[in-house]
Amino acid sequence: MSGKPKLHYFNGRGRMESIRWLLAAAGVEFEECFLETKDDLTKLQKDGSLLFQQVPMVEIDGMKMVQSRAIANYISAKYNLYGKDLKERALIDMYVEGITDLNELIMYHPSQPADKKEQHFATIVDKATNRYFPVYEKVLKDHGQDFLVGSRLSKADVQLLETILMAEECKPDILAKFPLLQSFKARISNIPTIKKFLQPGSQRKPPLLEKDVPKVMKIFY
Amino acid sequence: MAGKPKLHYTKGRGKMESIRWLLAAAGVEFEEQFIETKEDLEKLRNDGVLMFQQVPLVEIDGMKMVQTRAILSYIAAKYNLYGKDLKERAWIDMYVEGTTDLMGMIMYLPLQPADAKEKNLALIIERATTRYFPVYEKALKDHGHDYLVGNKLSWADIHLLEAILMAEECKPDILSAFPVLQAFKGRTSNIPTIKKFLQPGSQRKPPPDDKFIASVRKIFNI
Repeated sequence: MSGKPKLHYFNGRGRMESIRWLLAAAGVEFEECFLETKDDLTKLQKDGSLLFQQVPMVEIDGMKMVQSRAIANYISAKYNLYGKDLKERALIDMYVEGITDLNELIMYHPSQPADKKEQHFATIVDKATNRYFPVYEKVLKDHGQDFLVGSRLSKADVQLLETILMAEECKPDILAKFPLLQSFKARISNIPTIKKFLQPGSQRKPPLLEKDVPKVMKIFY
Repeated sequence: MAGKPKLHYTKGRGKMESIRWLLAAAGVEFEEQFIETKEDLEKLRNDGVLMFQQVPLVEIDGMKMVQTRAILSYIAAKYNLYGKDLKERAWIDMYVEGTTDLMGMIMYLPLQPADAKEKNLALIIERATTRYFPVYEKALKDHGHDYLVGNKLSWADIHLLEAILMAEECKPDILSAFPVLQAFKGRTSNIPTIKKFLQPGSQRKPPPDDKFIASVRKIFNI
């Protein structure tokens, strides 16, 4: 019996990708079971494995965990990526919630109707460069440390890097006005576990192509 | 200088209501500053107190906290409503995310276009009775305790009670197939701090009416 966490999701980023990032950053090996058809999802639902009939689901430490935030919180706390006390956790949570909002905007882009796509793209770029990135640039500038919270790698740094890379896939020069985020990106990318995850052949998933959206929709709808 | 937490939001439920519930259940007195116009929101933004230019904002323990979940997690942990260890916290988080999804559907209902309202209300009732309530009914039935996690009041119980009451506002007999939840509701409503919050005159906010929705649309530009 493998002690490794087992991830149940479709073979793409979606709401599981942040969990893959966290496990990888923590140096935790994990297995994946991919849903390819609606029947695969129905089977999990009928098995009683999905608390609210939804994925992501991660089998970890004897639990069948669902709800991406619950899973991410558990992994972060278990692997010491959640700060040292309540106040650090509060900061990490605030930073992560903000970056999750941006991450979700980007995540939903491929499934926007054709007539809304351009406007949606403009919203992503606007929010990234005017609402979110300035916050993290300022945090790093104000304390001058390598990591967002507590001088130590946390969930906040991992999710920020993940989202920076997703944003750059939308617009390659999106960090042009954020020199500290640029050096943050390079620095965090060089952490050995993260560097490994960023290499080809890792369990990191590519962005969803428009042509693959219908297949994913069929699994869930 | 008051040591009390200070809540900044509109004078209605929205995303702040779960925070009011949690503070009230923990027996924590709090102050509120209401956003009544677009200018009130702009002022907060220009003052630089909103990390992501959004409310809820809660001033607590020297921090200007934003992001509903961050605020709720902090309050839960501070007032011992977050379980005793990592695994209890995991269960509380899972349960709370479920009730958050259900309450989110109910919260956004008044903002839906008129022709989608009936369909969305039907979906809420379906989800409540086939996806969410069965989970909590089973959890309580399986262990037979008064509370969802760890035999002790937690954020999960408070959030579930809030969700039950909101769902009953949609359909008064929505708990008819859930006897254990009915008993849970009766029991949890009687906890002194919660009982007090449920009485008229408390800081609990009523469901939104059309006039309030119109003002919300103006303030937030939606």
